[in-house]
Amino acid sequence: MKIEVIRADRRQLAETYESALGSGSRLLTMVASDEKDIGIDRFVLRYFFATGNGQVTELKTVVPETDPSFSSLAGKLPAASWYEREAQDLFGVQPVGHPDPRRLVLHDDFPDGVYPLRRDYPLEQMQPRQSNGGFSFPPVKGEGVFEIPVGPIHAGVIEPGHFRFQVMGDTVFHLEARLFYTHRGLEKRAEGIDLLQGSGVSEQLCGVCSASHALSYAQAVEQIAGTDVPVRALYLRSLLAELERFYNHVGDIGNLCAGIGFSHGSNHGARLKEALMQMHYRILGHRYLRGMIIPGGVRRDLTGGQLSEILRVTQDVKVQIQQLVKEITANQIALDRYRGTGVLRQDIAQQFAAVGPAARASRIGNDARREFPHAAYRQLDFEIPMLEEGDVLARFLIRALEAGQSAELVRQIIGTIPEGEVLTPPGELPAYRYALGITESPRGENVHFVMTGPNNTIYRYRVRSASYANWPVVAFCAPGNIVPDFPLINKSFELCYACCDR
Amino acid sequence: MLYVLKRLWKYGLGTLPRRQLNEMQTASAPYMPDYSRLPQNSQRGYEEELEMIQERLTERIKKIFGRSLHIRHLDSGSSNACEWEVTALLNPVYDVQRFGIDFVASPRHADMLLVTGGVTRNLEEAVRKTYAATPAPKLVVAVGDDACGTGFAGRTYAHYGGVDQIIPVHVYVPGDPPTPVSILQGILKALEQTH
Repeated sequence: MKIEVIRADRRQLAETYESALGSGSRLLTMVASDEKDIGIDRFVLRYFFATGNGQVTELKTVVPETDPSFSSLAGKLPAASWYEREAQDLFGVQPVGHPDPRRLVLHDDFPDGVYPLRRDYPLEQMQPRQSNGGFSFPPVKGEGVFEIPVGPIHAGVIEPGHFRFQVMGDTVFHLEARLFYTHRGLEKRAEGIDLLQGSGVSEQLCGVCSASHALSYAQAVEQIAGTDVPVRALYLRSLLAELERFYNHVGDIGNLCAGIGFSHGSNHGARLKEALMQMHYRILGHRYLRGMIIPGGVRRDLTGGQLSEILRVTQDVKVQIQQLVKEITANQIALDRYRGTGVLRQDIAQQFAAVGPAARASRIGNDARREFPHAAYRQLDFEIPMLEEGDVLARFLIRALEAGQSAELVRQIIGTIPEGEVLTPPGELPAYRYALGITESPRGENVHFVMTGPNNTIYRYRVRSASYANWPVVAFCAPGNIVPDFPLINKSFELCYACCDR
Repeated sequence: MLYVLKRLWKYGLGTLPRRQLNEMQTASAPYMPDYSRLPQNSQRGYEEELEMIQERLTERIKKIFGRSLHIRHLDSGSSNACEWEVTALLNPVYDVQRFGIDFVASPRHADMLLVTGGVTRNLEEAVRKTYAATPAPKLVVAVGDDACGTGFAGRTYAHYGGVDQIIPVHVYVPGDPPTPVSILQGILKALEQTH
């Protein structure tokens, strides 16, 4: 992928963005890195934009150590908001004019003036807690207005996150989410690790997006190395990505039924997801498809018998999940709960650069399999379903349609996969080069930034998962709905907290 | 694959040294475990493994807890794989409710804490409060490599690297993630340990 670089002065970012990029581009990710070791003073901010037809443009600016501030893009480009707050927390670079400069990744008890992702900060040093006013939510006033705090530990078996509802009676009029409770510091852990072992880091980010993260990482490394991946490995990678998409969508259909208390749907969905995961364990060795995709190809080959078994199980589940979707959409209560709930407006999805099925349900049609063709997707024939209502029903139907597409893709891949090698190890990689690896996870586009260091190690690894891009828009879908509909809205996005928090 | 380490936490009796826990890592390469090796018992299938433990599990639960075991799941910062495996325990295939196991919404209703994740900085307070809110006698089972202290993320500026850094743990169930049957075996181990 050829990246066009535009250099900008740190005090004139907004103007450069307007003149060079403007509204035809979509923000992919922003990476802040401390490049003191390479002789740069000192922090480099790279905003990556998709400018259409698979082109990527980089807006690069350097922020010096003595005056670590830059003019924020978030006022003009809401999608940049979280990236700049994260850079502020982890590197200490201050976005001047940012409309919401609260702490994001590090919570308020982390000491001021200490920035863990700077190169000179030791990885394992845990800071003492400072007592602080705490995170400030907008205050609530008025007769009959209540504030409901939920989380971070929730009642069910689910990941941690905090939601602050402001309600009148049962109707939500404002929602704010506070995340990064599962921030583990994986990006700093990755620094210094051997590049070929880096798939281990990428798979630890998230359980249900493991294959797509490993694939993004491998693609970034292969671009830097300039090596080609054997064709059979590309097909196997697409197979793994589609198997991941399939089991996630099958599970999500079941979870959406759990959100409305429809136990027939949730139990059948869970049963079918389990059938797929047991097939993964039997044939691929891991229920979450970990351990297969590494830079250079895939770890091992699959025999014809194993491929037929994968085909048999996926087609069997496909028939049953389509039957289940028919039953759910024939149920009046389900339709009543789903229709019109949690509408994601197209303009909001656009401004925040939302991705994935949630965006496609609001007519924002990006899919990394088409926009940045990777693995074997150029040779495969598939549709990208799109809807425009943007409600829970639309997101549910998109998943049902995509599940059918994934099963169809699995059949195509197994039918047309060529023979050959499956692994060409990349060898020695040049130092201080970077690349983006972009794939489509079940939740949307993942963008991995990998920069190599000396001796085949990782210098900087920045992961922007689909969940990171989409979490900011979830809060916009709740107002106007009743509180009990929020778990349903949340499940209709089915975003990972772990992918976002890292 | 049954691979559960039992650890005693009694006042004054110290803990297992970290080195021993680290040696338990099943992977040969520390950063890149090779899951693509077919597991040894892949032919046996989950049904037989489940059958082997379900009678014992039901019997222990009836004997110790008088019919039911209430479990509170606590995610202290996992990669969500372990968390989805715990969710799988409630699906129609494993269906742990028929053994008398139920997942409860509050630690105040729980007999056992099933902890996934290695305790992040932002969740330390939640872990301590949850443990304190669970009434005695209580059992803690650490599920997954991160919770056991043998995980990849390890100790960082935002991560303690193991549940036993914050609260006492009775049984460790390593795995990345452990399968639902392994988690059940860990729960059974915790029950057998109490008598």
